[in-house]
Order: sequence, then structure tokens, then C-alpha cells
Amino acid sequence: MPLLECGRIVRDSWQKLADDAALPSAPCILSLSRLQQDEAVRTAPHLRLGVALPVDQPAEVLAPYLDRLSLVAVNFSTFRDGRGFTQARSLREHLAFSGEIRATGNILPDQYAFLLRCGITTVETLDGTDPAAWQKAADRFSFAYQPSVLKEPVLSGLRRTMRLGLPRDTDSQLIGN
Amino acid sequence: MRANATLPVGTYGYQPVDLAFLNDRAAQFSDQVARRLSGDLSEDEFKPLRLMNGLYLQLHAYMLRVAIPYGVLSAAQLRRLARIARVYDRGYGHFTTRQNIQFNWIKLEEAPDILAELAEVGMHAIQTSGNCIRNITSDEFAGAAADELVDPRVHAEILRQWSTLHPEYSFLPRKFKFAISGNPHDRVAARFHDIGLIATPGADGAVGFEVFAGGGLGRTPAIGIRLREWLPEHELLAYMEAILRVYNAYGRRDNLYKARLKILVQALGREAFAEKVEAEFAAIPKERYRLGPDIVEAIRARFGKPYLDAPEDAPAELSKHRRRDHAFDLWVQTNSHPHRAAGYISVVMSLKPNGGIPGDASAVQMDAIADLAERFSSGEIRVTHLQNLVLGHVRQDELYTLWQALGPLGLATPNRGLITDIVCCPGLDYCSLANARSIPIAQRINERFANVELQQQIGPLRINISGCINACGHHHNADIGILGVDKKGEEFFQLTFGGRGEEDAAIGQIIGTALPESEAVNVISRVIDTYLARRVPNERFRDTYRRLGATFFKEAAYAAA
Repeated sequence: MPLLECGRIVRDSWQKLADDAALPSAPCILSLSRLQQDEAVRTAPHLRLGVALPVDQPAEVLAPYLDRLSLVAVNFSTFRDGRGFTQARSLREHLAFSGEIRATGNILPDQYAFLLRCGITTVETLDGTDPAAWQKAADRFSFAYQPSVLKEPVLSGLRRTMRLGLPRDTDSQLIGN
Repeated sequence: MRANATLPVGTYGYQPVDLAFLNDRAAQFSDQVARRLSGDLSEDEFKPLRLMNGLYLQLHAYMLRVAIPYGVLSAAQLRRLARIARVYDRGYGHFTTRQNIQFNWIKLEEAPDILAELAEVGMHAIQTSGNCIRNITSDEFAGAAADELVDPRVHAEILRQWSTLHPEYSFLPRKFKFAISGNPHDRVAARFHDIGLIATPGADGAVGFEVFAGGGLGRTPAIGIRLREWLPEHELLAYMEAILRVYNAYGRRDNLYKARLKILVQALGREAFAEKVEAEFAAIPKERYRLGPDIVEAIRARFGKPYLDAPEDAPAELSKHRRRDHAFDLWVQTNSHPHRAAGYISVVMSLKPNGGIPGDASAVQMDAIADLAERFSSGEIRVTHLQNLVLGHVRQDELYTLWQALGPLGLATPNRGLITDIVCCPGLDYCSLANARSIPIAQRINERFANVELQQQIGPLRINISGCINACGHHHNADIGILGVDKKGEEFFQLTFGGRGEEDAAIGQIIGTALPESEAVNVISRVIDTYLARRVPNERFRDTYRRLGATFFKEAAYAAA
């Protein structure tokens, strides 16, 4: 599936690993239960790990493993179920997770700014997705009325200047136009 | 002329950036409507987007609910609502119990134009519907009432801004309602909201909030639990974030009717819920969400102040007119509220005329009220959660002239807080959820008790009517609640008694079976007769009801039914 990052489609270097699959050498996304139970995979050297956080679990269940994780995937079984926003924000705010947070499932371009402001960095989209529609949706508003995990600069009062089109500091080579 | 020339009185004065934001929002919705009409968006995908812009699909047409933050309007805004009623609807609008206005005959294609027209006067329909934080409601006498301790509109505006397009809380399990008051006498039903706040002054001019959570009406009425006795102002947003975050994470999503915060509070229990909120609050980075006094003052500074300088003989003038004109005296007695400034008074313009539809106002009335507001009340109008309108700052010596102007407009009915001041949802005449029509039974009761002297004799009494168990007419917290039910295809009405919305909040109790419309009105008549016969002098209905008890009234009222 096309992966959206900073408003454009990027190569997805991650694969999902089935619970009974052998250990790969490429970065892989585990289920929570495999992450919790499979010590071999957790201690495998040089293997980049991600986890799919179930929607009914608080982000805090990942606390013991965060230093081993490069990616957390939060799922939206329907775009109306907003629990993933809270999971992402808890990961950034309470657990100081700085890796990739990926949104999977059923998501509308109209939600892109919300996702980014909750700390989500990549979105799995449907085949044929037009990234311009997502970029346009995210660029709709130039400021927001509340603080977010992006630590946007104060414009005035409660207003924060939104800078969603820009990638995070660590990814400066990916700045789009 | 009297008001501060640069800022609207009573409403938050939008800055150019805020207006640009509303234009962007209107353009966004225009885009979404175009995508829906072209088929790019399915109805399922479009629905939550249109709902977050206040657009419902009703029985006969789309309904647009326009936000009136904390119920305050400028004259220019009310004129724009009149224009929308005239151009895009059938010449009237319906003021709601959440201090908003609804237009019932809207075309989807025209909704973006309406939002663009609203944006021109700093209005919108953002989050008037959908599973998000809804319009923040407040006291209709805010900033004017003599008995007020803190003007709640500043913090209502802060909450409005903070909750606008909130990235984390726009897809909650269910809708989420705030009410805020700054008055020890709770006129906002704070205990019947998802979050109810009572602002109170502390030492050295500091402001804090009594915090209630998990209240609500609907199918499962619940009185909110008190989470904090005094939350300091600078922690307001951090604490609201904590409550919302617990709700978003743990609120039920499997059953629409069990998704409100009140159900989560009941399921976890008061202690466990409070513990979760406090744990979340402890973990939140306080500095990021700190509401500093600089922000509060900057927002306060955007509220224009009314020009309050009445001549010394203003009260004497008012007394003179009251002595000379009995009808005027009666109206002042029922429809006014004491003002904090000498020589001023607040007045309620009843939208419950005999034979009318509770909460409806015509475009002609709206335009006329806008003119009167400019002439008599610093250009400011308020909507009450009991579906009336208020002019907040009227000079006492000008009240008689105002009253004379209101009469011909049908806006001087002297019934505020009396038996014909009925709160009523649109019911089956408009709403796709309703089981029964609520407007006709309101009109029957209005006719039965039309006599002004009789209403005065009965005294303070609330009747609230909901056309279905979703309880938009707040039937649970009225002295007499009426709930429309469907019995094998026929409209029946279930009566409840003893509900209260104020600081002594209580949920009304059912004391008999559901009845057809005419029988329900007869039972109410007998209850009133019983009350009048058995009350001690000056005893309110609610007190007599409490003293004599439900069984006594049941026997008296249902005996012949």
C-alpha cells in the first residue's frame, strides 16, 4: 500500500511479520503479543522492530519495549474511531517516543492535519491515492487554536502556527515542495 | 453609538486571523460538498464531515445548526441570521436549548453559501453536531447579572477556541457538551453536562472552577459527579485534556446509546473514573497546556464592554411606569433580572407566545430585535437555554419604551419561568428520531393555561417536552417533563415530575402510564389544581411536590384518567 509521509508517497521499507513467521533481516512490524512473548526477536541484533498497537490498548503497554522500537502502528478500523489519536499523542507526550508512528486502516484525507498534530508521521493509504489531496487537506488551515505535540510556535493567545507540510527535524532530506 | 466602537459588546471580537480561519473552514466544506455531489465521497464518509459543520439530514430536508457561542449575538449577526432565514429557509429559525439556532429547510447545495455568509459576520456551524466537543453554553445573564461572581464568557471563549478542530477529540465515542457558569445560582444546568464548570473567585482575584463530569440527559439521565472543588485557572485546559483523553480512550464505541461519558463514569464508578482522570492529569506536560493570565487577559480584552451610565432617576422612571401600567408591571416582574450596574436591568423576550412554536423566531422578529438591541442594549442579544432571547443591558428609564416596541412584535409575553414558558424540541414535525410531535402538546398546554393571572398564580414552574427518549427537550430536569412515545403507531406522552436542573439537580420520576395527548394535558391540569389547593402561601410547585410526595400527586392526578 502506498505510504504517505510529509504529504508525498515514499518507499515503505517495513513488512508485517506474521506471528509464526521466521525472523527476517528486514525491518518488520510485529503484533503486540509477539513483541511481548518473543524474546529472541526483541534481542536480535541490528533488526529494526515495529509493533502494531491494538486499538483497545493504552500506549503505556509499550513502555517496557520502547527503546527497542523504531515504529508503532496505530489502527483506525473506521475513520470515526478516534482512539488512535490518543494513542499517538500518549506515545509522544507521556512516553517521549521519537520514532515513526504510522496510521493504518480507514482514514480520510480530511483527517491528515489531526493525525500529524497528534504525532503520527506516516499513513498507509489506498492504492491510487492522490497525495495532493492529503497535502491540500493538511494545508487548509494556517494555524490551530490549541497546542499539539508538534510544539508549534505561538502565533498569539492560544493560536499556534501550523507547520505540517514540513517533516520533523530529523528528516530534513525529505522536505517536499 | 453607545458601545465601544471597535469591539462588539458581549461577543468575542474576531481578529483578521480568526475571520481567515472561518473562510478557510467554509472553503473546506464547500470542497467536501463538491466531492460528495461528484461521488468522490460516499454518504458514509461525508456524514461525519457535514455533521461537524452542523448539517443534519432530517425528515423533509437538511437542517443547519448554527453555533451561537455561549448564546451571545451581536445585532449584525442576528440580522445575518434573519437574512439566512429569509433567503435560504422559510422565513424563520428555531433557537435551541443549547443556545444555537437551527434552520429546518436547507438545500445541501446552498449550505456552503450559508457558511460563507456566516463567516462574514464571524459566525459558523463548527462542531454543532457530530461526535466532538459541541457549543459551549453559558448563563444568559453573564456579565450583566447582579448575583454573578465571575463573568464566564471569557473562559467559555477559551474553551471554544481550544476545542475548535481539536486534533485528538474530533472523533470521540459520542458528542460532548460543556456548560459554564460564574454564578452560584446555576442557570446552565452544569450538573447535566458531560463537563459542567462553575467559575468562582479565590483569594487575590484568582479564578478557579468547580468541575462536574459525566452528567447528561438522553436515555440514561445522570447527574454529574464533582471531580474538583476548585481547579486553578492555569490548569483548566490541562485538566480538560485529561478528562477528554480518558473518555476518548475508554468510552464505549460498540453501542451508540452507551457511548456518552456518563456511561463510562457509571461503568468505572466514581472513584475509579476520578483516579484515571487524575493519573492522566498528573502525566500531562503542564507547561504545554498552561493557561497563563496573559492569554486570559488577551481574550478578555477582545470583549467589548457595554456603555453603562444611566441617569440617577432611571429607577424612579421605571417605578413610575410600573405604577401606571399594570400589564407593564407584570412583564417587568416576570421577565426581568437585576443588573449589576445601577439604573440598568436585563429583560427576557419570550419566544413562547400563546399558540406559537417554542423557540421559533421569524426573520421579521430577528431584524426588529437587532434594531432594538442597538437602540436599547449596546447592540447585544443573548439566547437562553430555555429558548428565549435576552437584552442584557437596558436602561431602566428606557424599559417602558422598549416594552411598547416588543408588544406588536409578539415578543412581550409575560411568562418567563411560568407554566407556558415551555421548552420543546422540534419533535416529529421535523425530526427523524422523534416518536411523537412535541409542538402540538406544547400548544395545547399553552392554550389551557393562557390566562396571565392564572399563570402568575401558579408561579415558577418548568414544563419541558421531548419527542423521544433522546431528550433534546430536557424533560428529565423539569418540574413536569413530557416524553413522546410511540404505542403501536399512536402518539402517547409519558409524564415525569420533580426534576430540577439547578444546583439541587434531580431527575424527574414517572408516576403513571403514558397517555394520549388530551389526557396528558388533563392530568397536568389536575396536578396543577391539586398544587393550588394544597400549597402553603408562596410555596413553589417544586416545594409542594416534594413536601406532599409523588404518591399523593399520583392519586390526585391519575384518579380519573
